[in-house]
Order: sequence, then structure tokens, then C-alpha cells
Amino acid sequence: MSSADQHAHGTGHHYAHHFESAEHEYSSSKQGIWVFLCTEILMFGGLFVGYAVFHHMYPLLFKAGSTFVDWRMGAANTVVLLTSSLTMALGIYYAQKRDAAKSGLMLLITIACGAIFMVIKYFEYSHKIHLGLLPGSWFHGSLDVTFADGTVQRVENLPLYFSFYYMMTGLHGIHVLIGMSLIFWAWLRVRKNEFGPHYYTPVEGVGLFWHLVDLVWIYLFPLLYLVS
Amino acid sequence: MAHGQHANDAHSEHHIIPFGVYMKVFSALIALTVITVLAARVDFGAFGAAVAFGIATVKAVLVLAYFMHLKYDNMLNRVIIASGVFFLIVFYFFCIVDEITRIVEKNTL
Repeated sequence: MSSADQHAHGTGHHYAHHFESAEHEYSSSKQGIWVFLCTEILMFGGLFVGYAVFHHMYPLLFKAGSTFVDWRMGAANTVVLLTSSLTMALGIYYAQKRDAAKSGLMLLITIACGAIFMVIKYFEYSHKIHLGLLPGSWFHGSLDVTFADGTVQRVENLPLYFSFYYMMTGLHGIHVLIGMSLIFWAWLRVRKNEFGPHYYTPVEGVGLFWHLVDLVWIYLFPLLYLVS
Repeated sequence: MAHGQHANDAHSEHHIIPFGVYMKVFSALIALTVITVLAARVDFGAFGAAVAFGIATVKAVLVLAYFMHLKYDNMLNRVIIASGVFFLIVFYFFCIVDEITRIVEKNTL
């Protein structure tokens, strides 16, 4: 019982000896996460710049590709991810308030939202795979595209669109899965009552990663589902 | 580095963003998502992508400032993330300048 009390008062964690203080450890850890997020922006950035360049080269191709995506699926996933970002932030909020029960619940809702996102993604992917709309040389669907105005036109380089589609949503999807695993790890530690106002660094760090995943989707949604 | 300064307030509690602020930010994000969808139905011509990216950037700033606590964070973390965005813009700028200044005799599409 006494050890539980000790944890409940946030004294279970002692900062590593090479730091001057708990605050120094916290700010250094968080700075490391931000540097990592910077590299993440540059990694996704390469795909975004590639998309922009090819969009400029072949505007018709991207107009054709956008007829294969359903904006309602993308909008639903946007709302799911924004909700998960809110519950992630609240998970940290309750960890700061030393309310392990509510913090844990919020993290579980966040994981559930990630799962809903992946299920919606699965339906989108399976529909496209069924039609043979695969990236690059794996493409075995029809190159004849029916545009929004009803005209049918053959688009020879249609597989290129799906290379971008799968690479961008796929890399993002892998991030969602990794994020869900990390939040689960944070949840296990929340359950053990490890966090309080003076120490909640792991939840904060995992949260920053999860919000970045949301940030990438904020740009992917209009790019892939709305701009044609 | 501000190590000495941190040593003095080692036991100070971090700023906790009020619950209501999180709910307001979330409401704004949902409202902006609806605006993004509605804006896509309006024909802005060549500015369609700019409008969509403008709204996305407002959403991104809200997430960075409140959900990611940058508004209450130290300047260094803001500079780190801004440097990533800056070099992405540099990357984009030179790629797109290269692309639009090329002379193509006949586009394949």
C-alpha cells in the first residue's frame, strides 16, 4: 500500500544522474522528440514535394486518380483522427492532474480511434485492390477513367497516381499502427500509477508523436480526397 | 542553454491547459474540416489548392499550439519544428521552380 501511495504522489520516478533536475530531464526528453518530429516532417515532405511536382507535370492524371477516392471516407477518418488527438491531449491532461483512471480511459479511446481509422482504411484499400488499382507495375485494373462530368478517357499513366496514393497513405498508416502501440505502452504505465504533475514525460512524448500523425493527415485529406 | 534557470524552478508545476480550451480547439478543428469539405465544392480556379492548404495550415497551427503545447513551450522547440518546415519549403521551392521552367515540347497527357 505504501509503495502505491508513493507512486500516486508522483515520487516513483527519479531523474537520471546526468541531469541537473527533473525539469532538465523533462525538457531534454521533449526536445529529443521535437528533433525526431522534425525528421518526420522531412520524410513525409519528400512525398508531398514529389506529389506536387508530378501533379504539375500530369494534372489530368491526378484529376483521374481523385475519381477513385471517396471524400466521405476521408472526411470520416479526419473526424476520427481529430477526436483521437483530443483524447490524447486529455490523456496527458489527466496524467498531469494525477487522475490515472481518466488518463487511462482517454488513452484507450485514442487507441480505439486509431483502430477505427485503420478499419476505414482497410475498406478503402480492399475496394481498390479488388479493382486492380495497385501501384506501378502491379496495376492490373482498367486505364479507362470516368470523370466527374461523365466523359470516359484512357489515362495511360494511372498506375503512377496509385504509387503516390499507397506510399503516402501507407506510410501514414504505419505511423498510426506504431502510434497505437506506443499509446498502449503509455497506458500500461498509466495503469501502474507512474505519472503525476512532476513526471508524465512518456505520455507527453507519445502524445507529440500521435499529434504529428494527425498533422500529416490534416494535409493528406484535402490533397488526396478533395483537390482534383 | 537555460540549465541554470531550470535548476531554480525544478519543483515548479507545468502549465496545464484548461479542459475548456481543449474542447474549444477541438470544435474549431471540426468546424474547419467542414469548411474544407464545403470549400472543395466551390470553384476557386487556380486557387483551389491554396485555399485547401491555407485551411489545413490553420488547423495545423491549432494542433501545434494547443494539443502539442507549443504555445506554452520553450522557444527552442518552436525553432526546431520551424526549421523542418523552412527546409521543406526550400525543397519544394527549388523543385517546383525547376519543373515550371522546363521547356516540354509535348506533354504525354
